Amino acid sequence: MAARVVTLTSGKGGVGKTTATANIGVALARRGHNVVVIDGDIGLRNLDVVMGLENRVVYNLVHVVRGAVDAERALIKDKRVPGLTLLAADQHSDKDDVTEDDMRDACEALRDHADYILIDSPAGIEQGFRNALAPADEVVLITTPEVSAVRDADRVIGLAEAAGKATPRLVVNRIKPSLVAKGDMMDTNDVFDILQIPVLGVVPEDESIVAATNRGEPVALQDSSRAGMAFHNMAARLDGEEVPFLSLEVVEEGLLARLAGAIRGGATHGGAS
Amino acid sequence: MSWLDRLIGRPERLKSSGAVAKERLKFVLEYDRAQITPAELDEIRDEIIESISRHVRVVRDDVEIKLEAGGRLVAEIPLDRTGRGDAAGGIG
Repeated sequence: MAARVVTLTSGKGGVGKTTATANIGVALARRGHNVVVIDGDIGLRNLDVVMGLENRVVYNLVHVVRGAVDAERALIKDKRVPGLTLLAADQHSDKDDVTEDDMRDACEALRDHADYILIDSPAGIEQGFRNALAPADEVVLITTPEVSAVRDADRVIGLAEAAGKATPRLVVNRIKPSLVAKGDMMDTNDVFDILQIPVLGVVPEDESIVAATNRGEPVALQDSSRAGMAFHNMAARLDGEEVPFLSLEVVEEGLLARLAGAIRGGATHGGAS
Repeated sequence: MSWLDRLIGRPERLKSSGAVAKERLKFVLEYDRAQITPAELDEIRDEIIESISRHVRVVRDDVEIKLEAGGRLVAEIPLDRTGRGDAAGGIG
């Protein structure tokens, strides 16, 4: 094995980077891969909580960087998904305690133990971002269809290219099909028009993400949710499969529509790509 | 912008907010990518007027300098042809 290191980043905070990392990690592991997800947000650790592994963290990235423990021993196994492990961030250190070389070394140490290493980059474009970017073989750029998020994404594309990385692939998160249909939200094509980078996936706004995150259970653990499907499709595309982008239908609101949906045989109508 | 907006030249406030978002984004990214601000562009405009006015009279209020898609600065500098060039140096 020689893992591909994929860094997930966004520029702007709060666009769903950590949730995407957790879910793409789950989805890749469910495809049979060995996956290490690394929380790159030193000082503000979140990925362990989103994955529901916060009570099992013993060692973290800073222990590995300081040589207190081998990288492999610091990994926390996700018992729900064989092959999925987490390297947590340190809550009490500072992002300047880790260097770009440290991140490269940590990834090198893990490369032979995994098929994929996913790094959840901190928001912003400072040292923490540069650390997360340094070991990346590939970059996945998460954005939401908002002016500020796409503006920041554009900046990150420039920085990634300046760092010698291949063009990032785009994930447009939290698309609300009903707002797009009304013309009150940019859709994936609009964002693509502007950023001009290949699209890895599109995630519809899905309330089940909130509930899943509350419970520490990434939605990709289940097969029923629209967002979960979207993450599974992204994992397949990372594997090189051509998965068609399904159109994001407007989810019908109201009792009649819901009844109609139930009669058609699914609570999960509306496509996710 | 929807085809309908384009067709009837709908005013800004009636455009869908998604279309407005996309236009604002395009505008702001042209400046970001060129690493220039609208205020700097105004400054450049004034300097161009100063410089050209030393040689030929221009219609100051109609001088336009725009940042176009793909990173091109385009200036439109209408000459003042009402006088006969006897007061090169500009009018105020």
